[in-house]
Amino acid sequence: MQTAILGGKTLTLDADGNLADRNDWNEEVAREIAALEGIPELTPQHWAVLNFMRSVFDKEGDSPSIRRLTKESGVDTKTLYQLFPKGPAKKAARIAGLPKPKGCI
Amino acid sequence: MRHMLILGGGTAGTIMANKLANALDERDWRITVVDGKEEHYYQPGFLFVPFDIYRMRDLVRPRRQYLPGRIRFILSSIDQIDPEKKKVVLANGEALRYDCLIVATGADIHPEQTEGLMDDEWGVSKFDFYTPRGAERLGRFLKTWQGGKLVLSIAEMPIKCPVAPLEFLFLADAYFTERGMRGKVDIHLVTPLSGAFTKPTSSRVLGEFLERKGISVTSDFGLARVDNEQKKLVAWDETEVNYDLLVSIPTNMGDPAIARSGIGNELNFVPTNRKTLAAEGIEDVFVIGDATNLPASKAGSVAHFESEILFENIMEHIEGRPPRAEFDGHANCFIESGFGKGMLIDFNYETEPLPGAFPLPGVGPFKLLGESAINHYGKLMFRWVYWNLLLRGVELPIANEMLMAGKQVV
Repeated sequence: MQTAILGGKTLTLDADGNLADRNDWNEEVAREIAALEGIPELTPQHWAVLNFMRSVFDKEGDSPSIRRLTKESGVDTKTLYQLFPKGPAKKAARIAGLPKPKGCI
Repeated sequence: MRHMLILGGGTAGTIMANKLANALDERDWRITVVDGKEEHYYQPGFLFVPFDIYRMRDLVRPRRQYLPGRIRFILSSIDQIDPEKKKVVLANGEALRYDCLIVATGADIHPEQTEGLMDDEWGVSKFDFYTPRGAERLGRFLKTWQGGKLVLSIAEMPIKCPVAPLEFLFLADAYFTERGMRGKVDIHLVTPLSGAFTKPTSSRVLGEFLERKGISVTSDFGLARVDNEQKKLVAWDETEVNYDLLVSIPTNMGDPAIARSGIGNELNFVPTNRKTLAAEGIEDVFVIGDATNLPASKAGSVAHFESEILFENIMEHIEGRPPRAEFDGHANCFIESGFGKGMLIDFNYETEPLPGAFPLPGVGPFKLLGESAINHYGKLMFRWVYWNLLLRGVELPIANEMLMAGKQVV
């Protein structure tokens, strides 16, 4: 079982390296994960995407794909890749404290 | 008289039609299958066509031939499903009321979803192998190709048969080696995934295979557009990969009728209960095969395993009882690895593909997540199994639920 020290606590991670328990998540933890992913600062636009992901997950039990983010979050694909380089859906899910999206099978 | 309506006469629809034709009393139920195409293709065979191993004409049969006599087959595409009125309107104008509906409309490639992919040289220096025409055109092209950089590009996940791109690369390596021109061909995979495959252990093992065969990989590549003038793929973050020959796996989407009916997700796949296979929030409608949004592979083996579950649940449903059988996401895929060898992977929602022996623990004869000649013969033999057993709904000697016995946890 992997762990990481985030927000001053030792937190358990799943096999993909995402938080194992989403109750461990808070905004400070999000900022620290983002920094580890090479995103020094979470802007309001980042938060818009993260909050959208969390609300979809709450309703449906899975995080949205990039295509759905583009369609429904109000942020276009190009901007998504600028905000969350190298795989916005995967990266934003990790920062939002959610498991890796199941859709990429 | 009640009406069982099956939309789609592919692998999933045909298996369900056969199972239900045997089980439902002819005095109580009529069964209809609707499909827009007369021909039933053995899709796993498409992969072999560009390399002259199979000919397309050997992979096609008339759809009706695999449907029992009592079934009405309607040749038409679908205009719209209306779950409120429990009816389906066909493109030919006919309206069909149903008591129970099975959506088995599959998935298709949509190259038009990627900017520049279909412009200019589509079918000239850019090909697909997921359609009969694409696979045949690519085969003709390869016969006279002098070499250069072959790029296989996956536009977006999920795709039908997620191992097919890797098989294509392995077969290409063998094809050019056997023609004495491997040195003139640079083989390269460009994928939106973080590695060769979706799950960690198999991604590592398959990644090592690619490396050993001299096939390079660009991962985490979100394809934004194809620049036809400079023959290059451009990602959303503006990184680029150039090509001489592009073999594309375009975006896969569900049937346009799903979008017109307003019952699909952003890729026209139908939100489906991952255990019962009932359409989420829609009464008397079930979904099977590539048409679902399930986090399982889009593959014939999955449709087959689902069919056992769905059959039980439909029999419960029409008797007014809640569904009981639960699908576990089981998939079982042969991976052709070139030079007369193959691999096999067996996995489900929870358990990733692992090494081991299949179906008899410790014995095999098939080797899981490892290469062997018998795996290759298993793959070739499967075409016979498909037409003669699988489509007819005959039980195969493979457990429906994925089993841990015989797998090595790594």
